[in-house]
Amino acid sequence: MSDELALTEAEQTAGIIRCDACPVLCRIRPGRAGACDRYANEGGKLVRLDPLVLLAKPDLARVAFVEGSSSWPGELGPNVLGRGEGAFVTGIGATTTYPDYKPAPFIVSSRHEGVDMVTVVTEGIFSYCGVKVKIDTDRYIGPEQAPVRVKGEAVGHVTTAEYGSQMLSLGGVHHLTGGSKKEGVVTCDALLALCNREAVELAIDGGSTVVVQSGQPPVVNGQREQRMRVGCGSAAIGMFAPQWKDHVDEVIVVDDHITGVLTEHQGGRFLDMKPAGIRVRGRKSTPGRYFQVAEPGLGWGGTHISNPLEIIEKIDPRQAWAGLRLLMVSTTGEHSAWFELDRELKPQPREMPLAVRLVVERIAENCEPALCTVLFMAGAGGSLRAGVTENPVRLTRSVRQTLTKVTLGGVPAYVWPGGGITLMVDVAGMPEKSFGYVPTPALVAPIEFTLRADDYAALGGYASRAVTLEDVLRGQRVRIGDSS
Amino acid sequence: MNGAVAARLPDGRLHLQHGPIDLIIEAFGAPDQVEPAYRQAIERFSDVLPTLVGELALLRRPVGDACPLPRGPVARRMVEAVWPYREVFITPMAAVAGAVADEVIQALCAGRSLDKAYVNNGGDIAIHLSSPHSLRAGIFARALDGAVELTHDQPVRGIATSGWRGRSFSLGIADSATILASTAAAADAAATVIANAINVDHPAVARRPARELDPDSDLLDLPVTVAVGRLPPPLLDQALARGVAEARRLRFCGLIDSAALSLQGRWRIEAPCRGGKKAVQ
Repeated sequence: MSDELALTEAEQTAGIIRCDACPVLCRIRPGRAGACDRYANEGGKLVRLDPLVLLAKPDLARVAFVEGSSSWPGELGPNVLGRGEGAFVTGIGATTTYPDYKPAPFIVSSRHEGVDMVTVVTEGIFSYCGVKVKIDTDRYIGPEQAPVRVKGEAVGHVTTAEYGSQMLSLGGVHHLTGGSKKEGVVTCDALLALCNREAVELAIDGGSTVVVQSGQPPVVNGQREQRMRVGCGSAAIGMFAPQWKDHVDEVIVVDDHITGVLTEHQGGRFLDMKPAGIRVRGRKSTPGRYFQVAEPGLGWGGTHISNPLEIIEKIDPRQAWAGLRLLMVSTTGEHSAWFELDRELKPQPREMPLAVRLVVERIAENCEPALCTVLFMAGAGGSLRAGVTENPVRLTRSVRQTLTKVTLGGVPAYVWPGGGITLMVDVAGMPEKSFGYVPTPALVAPIEFTLRADDYAALGGYASRAVTLEDVLRGQRVRIGDSS
Repeated sequence: MNGAVAARLPDGRLHLQHGPIDLIIEAFGAPDQVEPAYRQAIERFSDVLPTLVGELALLRRPVGDACPLPRGPVARRMVEAVWPYREVFITPMAAVAGAVADEVIQALCAGRSLDKAYVNNGGDIAIHLSSPHSLRAGIFARALDGAVELTHDQPVRGIATSGWRGRSFSLGIADSATILASTAAAADAAATVIANAINVDHPAVARRPARELDPDSDLLDLPVTVAVGRLPPPLLDQALARGVAEARRLRFCGLIDSAALSLQGRWRIEAPCRGGKKAVQ
């Protein structure tokens, strides 16, 4: 057998290596993979094609690349990981073990501030999973509950809007496996791309097309969003009224949600501003606050209008006066216009005074950059836990008591109260290409459970299977987490 | 060295993997039949790869005038499946995936009363069907490209697909040649032969000696397809016509039931007439 295993000199010269990962014992040429497509010859070394990912430390800033900007440094620099102390093995590339009741692929022991710790490292196959997407925009993206489509397939829906943001709920078991095969495949593809921080174009029934990418501004109907609004129109009045007071007679902050009118608003009254008699359209909420002054759209302040005067219903001659100075501005400061009433009390556009312009710019300055955020949400249910402990419910309880910390690719997960281990994690912090999929279709995500060694033994863990970090580093191809 | 592993997927299907063998298995029937059936499959699977590897040298040699006599049951299935093709260059490895699927489905069904079952070995599929059950199988690229309803009274218990993009090398340029036959091994061998027949020479077709890519390849220095660029439509038709002719010949010989061939978006079907119903839609 040993003779057969040895490579000839010619083979060695050609850079061929022998894979001993399984009995087939493939000879593999440089740059190619063996029969299984799992192991390959990379520069004369047998490598797993899905390497483990190491982070310098959980929760802390990720380590820098060892050399230059290569995301595949090949080896661990001494300055980065030393003898492995402080390094954290993520589940990325750990693979899963089957059947589930077998111990997880890596149970790594380490010492952290003098305490013996154990990290159970695996990759979970999540049939119940999806993403919650927060899109910082006031532009109208579509009605609540509207289906969100990719390539014509429903992959989720528009859910309850949040302050300054539109929210989507995508994926979930019904789209992944409850619909047609195509719906499942398209949903899985979309989730995988979003979780790996790639851009995905989403079409909303009765609404807009939105390009979403974690950590990037949303693109709504081809228009790249710049800023979140500073607040609703009423909030903007409340924030800036004193700064406007001496330079204007009226300010209307145009907003699809609540349009604010300064002199009617509590903010203006408190400053003893004189009523200006300019009535806006829409439904009055409380003084100086109006709902539905226009249709939702992609114009001023998330409304459809491009000429702000359209929202003025009438100008009351008993209150207004010639020469009245009117500022109209959107909630992001992106749109603004300055008018003065002429003798017929018709608003005429004029050059905006510097003092007013400065406040408009301040609105813009106070608007945070608009981003898309993608939270992966999944249930680490049933069998995954069996790879951690023989008594899975104890793991759930341990997580609940915060004795066990749950991370995904080294990023701490928020674990929902109530039963099970239902978690959410921001994919922005995870190393590149953390997610994979299986044809079920379901997403594969790294997951790590870290707890004290004695707690681990107490909950029925496979404590005897724990290996040291050094053993992992010796036996596995690793790459260093390269997330920001 | 890594051993064989068995897993249950979240939807209940059984996943068996060892080295390059990757099986997805599903059995339908009463739970008291299905669960023992899965255990039988797992039991049988554990030594499939080691036994095959023991005779690998023999199985990588082309079959010729003398019928090789391997000892392992999977190896025997491989030889049986490729033996009809001994006039062209073929090695038993052309049927390895199908033969493994056949072997495991036999173990799965032995002594069990199952409605139906399948063992999918990376696209080469062995099927069990009892009256009056049927199974719907699809040919997927990214979405459903074709589907076939296999009923218990049809002589089809195996499906296999070959093409130059697949995991095994092909001498032809087909994107896919999907074959229905009486066993998965028979379908596997025929898919290899028919995919090889779908061929034309053109500068857009790049080939390299198999051993330059894989020193262990049973195809030695035969030129295997490594890239196929856009081809002019008449050449596509010509290549497909060759595939159809070969498929028809094999069908008339009783080696296959039907074939669905694809090349750059074009499809050809070779199938028997079944009361006006097409086997592959």
